[in-house]
Parts: sequence; structure tokens; C-alpha cells
Amino acid sequence: MKFQTLVKATAIAAAFALGAASMAQAATLHLHNGGDPRSLDPQRVSGNWEDRPVSDYIEGLMTLDAKGGAILGQAASYSVSDDGLVYTFKIRDNAMWSDGEPVVAEDFVLGLQRLEDPKTAAEYAYLQYFIDNAEAINSGEITDLDELGVKAIDDKTVEITLNAPTPYFLQALTHYSAYPVPSHVVAEYGDDWASIDHLVANGPFKPVEWVPGSYIHSVKNDKYYAADTVKLDDVYYYITDDDNAALQRYRAGEIDILSNFASDQYQLLQDQYPGQAHVFPFLGVYYYVINQTKEPFTDVRVRKALSIAINRKVIGPDILGTGELPAYGWVPPGTSNYEGEQYMPAYADETYDERVAEAAKLMEELGYTAENPLTVQLRYNTNENHQRIAVAISAMWEPIHVKVELFNSDVSTHYDALTAGDFEVGRAGWIMDYDDPSNMLDLLKSGTGNNYGRYANAEYDELLAKAANEQDLVKRAGYMHAAEKIAMDEFGVIPIYYYVAKWVISPKVSGFEDNAVDRHLVRYISKSE
Amino acid sequence: MLSYALRRVLSAIPVALIAVTVCFFVLRLAPGGPFDGERALPEEILNNLREYYHMNEPLVMQYLRYIWGLLQFDLGPSMVIKGFTVSQLLAIGLPFTLMLGFTAFVVATAIGIVAGVIAAVQQNKWPDYVLVLAVMLGVIVPNFLMGALLQLFFGVYLKWFPAGGFVYGSISHLVLPVTVLAWPHAARVSRLMRGSMIEVLGSNYIRTAKSKGIGERLVLARHAMKPAMIPVVSYLGPGLSYLLTGSLVVEQIFGLPGIGKYFVQAALNRDYGLVLGTTVFYILLILVLNLIVDMVYAWLDPRVRYH
Repeated sequence: MKFQTLVKATAIAAAFALGAASMAQAATLHLHNGGDPRSLDPQRVSGNWEDRPVSDYIEGLMTLDAKGGAILGQAASYSVSDDGLVYTFKIRDNAMWSDGEPVVAEDFVLGLQRLEDPKTAAEYAYLQYFIDNAEAINSGEITDLDELGVKAIDDKTVEITLNAPTPYFLQALTHYSAYPVPSHVVAEYGDDWASIDHLVANGPFKPVEWVPGSYIHSVKNDKYYAADTVKLDDVYYYITDDDNAALQRYRAGEIDILSNFASDQYQLLQDQYPGQAHVFPFLGVYYYVINQTKEPFTDVRVRKALSIAINRKVIGPDILGTGELPAYGWVPPGTSNYEGEQYMPAYADETYDERVAEAAKLMEELGYTAENPLTVQLRYNTNENHQRIAVAISAMWEPIHVKVELFNSDVSTHYDALTAGDFEVGRAGWIMDYDDPSNMLDLLKSGTGNNYGRYANAEYDELLAKAANEQDLVKRAGYMHAAEKIAMDEFGVIPIYYYVAKWVISPKVSGFEDNAVDRHLVRYISKSE
Repeated sequence: MLSYALRRVLSAIPVALIAVTVCFFVLRLAPGGPFDGERALPEEILNNLREYYHMNEPLVMQYLRYIWGLLQFDLGPSMVIKGFTVSQLLAIGLPFTLMLGFTAFVVATAIGIVAGVIAAVQQNKWPDYVLVLAVMLGVIVPNFLMGALLQLFFGVYLKWFPAGGFVYGSISHLVLPVTVLAWPHAARVSRLMRGSMIEVLGSNYIRTAKSKGIGERLVLARHAMKPAMIPVVSYLGPGLSYLLTGSLVVEQIFGLPGIGKYFVQAALNRDYGLVLGTTVFYILLILVLNLIVDMVYAWLDPRVRYH
């Protein structure tokens, strides 16, 4: 046990004994944030509840505006080579860490090197694989970290070389996996640099206290280059997985912003707190995977019957109650770099009765009848909403001669089974890491880890490969649309609905904008008492 | 008595070791691992993670590594809350869990004993009925519902207490969590106390004491109390360990920093290090508590001897 934790433990005990009081002061934002972050080290986190405190204290070369678009962050300007492979960034002269040290190019080089260094064991190392040699370094093929395509030209110039032109590269730089680390602090403390006692901030807020299971407290960083535009003095990120308990605290006036709420509370919020619930679509899909290595799911007719027999229109409004949009295609509407018409299958326009009749006919062709139904095991991870949807879909499949056996398990067991291929139909969800269709479409490439259903189509893979090497955004989008159509026409997966973000925002809070990437930096938020 | 205590403490070590061993292997048998989540990780990244946590080694090696660390009081890293080691997490959460658990324990035991005595003395009169009702509420209503109801009434509607959260040193933030935690315990204590007090009051030596003309109160305090406490005391050990280990729901609802949730959540997350660390700690705690209860038991009932 380290000395500091001992001190902290004693302090907690002493504080209780003494009964000392402390109260929040003006312009303090109270934000409900979800689970306990695993870390505050940007290269070692991977969830949106970690993104929030991390992205408020560390800023990348690019950052986000209130609408979730990429804007210049620590970089004052950038230029791109003609082939789209080399990006050169100039760092702001007044960019500095909260301890007064200037932000230098080496900080960005070190951040990306740590991300790809196998020793860091970063879960999101693959998100920046389009940087030259990133994958080879991360898999251990190259051991010299300096081979990574990120160079410090001088103290204030960073050059990043990509292995293919990547239209979403600037957006990807807003992701925390690409954030800089304070090289002078890392030199002193190593991996421990991001502990609450050592970390320094180059963003608008600096975490000063972290009580696991309870909250993270960040205060305004006066050294931030745009500190004069930051309106809040400090932020509490409350830690609780219990959305209903968080809602009670919101109703008691203790919390200003809820980052989620249980769907069944939507009616209460609309009735008693009109205008405070924000429900908006963002880039993610809730879907069922079909194991295409198992009979009879290898037959496209079975997959088609299962898919078209789902009445998607009732799931968002009636079963969940929060109006999730029905998903007939794979790439969520509103995704960037995706010129062209959204995929919409013919069955989407048919009446539900027509679809059920067609699906039943398909199943009958294969010999399934009411007396001899197909038994399907439907797996989901334990969660009230997943269960409600699974029960509803089981009922929708009954008229097409499918008998469902529901099987639920905790999330680790569930995804372990999906990864191992030990399932027939299983629930899954994907929230896009960055705003580009490739992030969705890559999930159905043959042999990809997240392609749980083992969908495989050589033409599909080829179209994606072409898209990856295409600089012209319109042509690239064309390849990807064609790929999406192939996978959807073959029912390689059953999309069910597009996710909606569910926030509750107190009328005291302004500056919060609903956006499709569902990332909201606290620097744009203000609060009136 | 000292050698008895020492023998008990020493015998705890193999018990703890067996429990850790069972826990270690049972956890590994459970499907899934700490790195299974909403999205599958690429193989090379999984390899990096496994190497980082020595999970690529044979299971026996991992076990020996863990025990070796344990002997040096090193509980290892948490695989899910990477910002802290297991020891750090316990060091931060433990004082709070102990404080919450002991406060609830003291409050609940005191209330339970007093309520039980009153109910016994006033048997089948209205104070008895009222107390039985209050007790039943504590036993019937599950703690997550009780927590939500108290939050709603006292936090949202009446605004007497904060609906949740944790502020260093604030007593008002503890009122609702302690109530939720203490209620079922107080209920069980009072029922035990009532039953045993009724039995003792009907026994011969109490009748003798009364017939000697000793006042009702004195009979209660001097003659009936001590023997009537015996079943209550034997419940206090398990009761306290329940309060200390069962704070999960209360911590979750009120957003408190205790270690109760590590016990359950870490198991669901397959955070091997954290589950084992919490288990080791709870085993030791429960062994010590049981020892203390046995000592108190002997003090209350001279017929119990140490062997």
C-alpha cells in the first residue's frame, strides 16, 4: 500500500470523525457520468464514461466543437501533402500544461507511441492503425517505437504519416487514443503519470480528486489557452451505474446533467420535467447476429425470414418508449463521408402482415410448420431492455414457425460466447468509434474479431479494400454503399434500431448541444444559479 | 483464553488459503474474462493485455505468482479499474465501508434490542403490534426498493436529506444509507430479542426473583437481560459480516465509495485481482468477527468453556 493511499484512507476516516462540512460553490457543474472510469490515462481507457473526464482535461491536436465536429485544438494550423498521406501540425505557441510547462511535439509523439507500444496493452491501439507502422509495432513485428509514422520536426511541429489516405483522420485525432501525454511527467513517474496525484492537464479542466465509486472532481485549468471562454469553475463527474438512483438525485436538485436514463422513466420526465429530457439519434446500431456457420442459418432464406418478420417500428416507440429509429440498413443515418442514398430494402415499405406472410412462406419452403417449428436459441446479456426486445421478437417469430429459447447471461459470458461462435442468434450493439461508415462496415469483413456471425463475402471485402485506398470521397462512398447493399441483401446481420442518446439537462444549464457523435465537452457548458 | 484466541487466529490462515485457492480457480472456470466486453479486441491487443497481466502463463504459475504476492501483502493490479491497484482501492473504500457498516450495526443493534424488550414486555398489546409491523417492513421490503423510496420521500419530496452522493465528513449524506442498511438488521435483532425475552421472562428463576419482591425493571435489567441476549449475540457476528459485505446495493443507490460493490461487480467484470483481494479481506474480517462473538458468548454464558 502506498503512502499516499494510506494518507487518503486516514483522511477519509478522520473527516468522518470530525464531521467537517464542505459545500459546493458557484458555477459548479454536477454531471452524472456512469460507471467507474478504469483510468484517467487516455491511452488506457475505452468507454464514453471515461471519455468525458479525460477529454475535459487533455486536448488533442484537434478537438470538438459543441456540435461534435473536429476543430483545431492544441494545433494552431495544419497542412496535408498532395497524396493525402502526410499531415503537418503546428502547435499553438500558448499551449501549455497546467504545471506551466509548454506543450511540445514530443508529447504527441509519446502519446501515439504509448498507444501502439505492446507494453501499454492499449485496447484502442487499433483505432489509429492507419498511422504508418502502427499495426506492425502493436503486434510486435517492429520493436523500435521510433519507426511509428509520428515525428517531432521541432518543438512545435508534429508530422504524422499515414499508410493510406484517410478522410476521417482529423476526426480520429479528436479521439482520446490520439491524445498527447505530458512527456516531462511521464519521464518522472512512468505509467503512474495519470494517477490523480501526478497528472497535469492541457485541456480546460484538471481532475484534482477521485473517490472510486463516488465521483471525480475537476477544477478549471487557468493555463488552458482558451481559459477565458470557459464559464464553469469546477465539475463533478458522479459515478453510479444505477440510472434510477441518479434520476432521483437529479429530481432532488443535486445533479444538473444525467448522461443516461432508464427508458421507462421517459414518460415521467416528459410529464413532470417538460423539455429537460434530450433524446437524439447518434451513431450506433442495436442488432442481432446470426451464426452463419451453423445450419440452417447458412441458408439466406432463414436469415431473411427472421429479419423481415421483425416489426421494427414498434420497438423504439412502444417497447422501449424512447423512440429509437428502426434500422433497416447498417450505417446509421447522419454518418459523415457517406454521400448517397441511405440503404432501404423493399420490405421496409410492405405492410407488416405482408412481411409475415412472406417470411412464413420462406420457412415453409424449408419444411418448417406450426407443428414442426425451427427452434432458435436467442442469447442476450442480462438487461431489462434486452430482455423486453428479445421477448417481443420471440413473439414476432412465432407466426413464422420459429420457437425461441431465450438465454441470458452476464456481459462477459455473453460476449465470450459470441466471440467463440457458441450461439445461434445473439444480441449485440455497436457504437461508432469515429464518424465514418468504414467503422460500421469493417464489422462485417471476413475474419474480423467483431464479426460474431462470421458473415463472409469476397465481393464485400474487395469493395471495402477499394474504398480504403480511394481518395475521392464520392467514389469511396460509392464503394461502401455497394458493400452495404451486398451485406444487407444477404441478411448478413439483423439490424434492429439506431441508438438514441438519452440525456436530461437542467434548465439551469446552457451550451449543451445534441450531436450525432454524442460527445459534449464541458468547456462549452455554462450554468446559472 | 489467550491460547484459545491464538489457536483460532492461526487456524484462520489455512482456511483463508483454501478459500483463496477455491476462489482463484472457480473464477477462472467461469466463462469470459476481464477483457470481454461490448466489442471484441483484435488478437494482438488481447495478447498484449494477457502479457501485461501475466495471463499468458500457465494457470498454476499465475496462482503461485498471486500467492507469492499475497504473502508480501501485494494484492496485485485491478484489471478493470486500471487507475488503481487492488490495495489502493481497498484502502480508499475500506474505511468508508467499515464506518457505514459499524454505524448501521450500532444503531440497528441498539434499536433492535430496545424494541425487542418493549415488544416482549408489552406482549400482544399495541406497542408490540406496532413494532412487529415496523420490523416486518424492514424484512419484507427489499433494500433497493427501500433505498429508492427513502430517496424519493426524504430526498425529492421533503428535501430533508440529500438523495445521494458522498461528501467528506457530511453526516446528513449518511442518514438514508444507514437507515436502509440498518433496518433489516434491527428487524432481525428485535425479533430474536422479543422471542428470547418472552422465554426468559417465563422461566423459573425470573418467577423466583419476582416472588422475592424485586421490582419489574430491576428483574429485567439484572436477571433477564443477560441470558436473553445470548441468541442475539450469536446473531450479531453473522449480522455484522452481512452489514459489511452487503452494502453493495446501498453503495450503488447512494453513490458511495465503499468496497461492497467490488465484491459483486468485479466478479461480473471478471476482474480477478479485485475479486480475490476483496475475498481475502472479507474472509479475514469474518473470521475475526466470529472469534469476537465467541468470546462475548462465553462471557455471557459461563457454561461455555474453551477447548
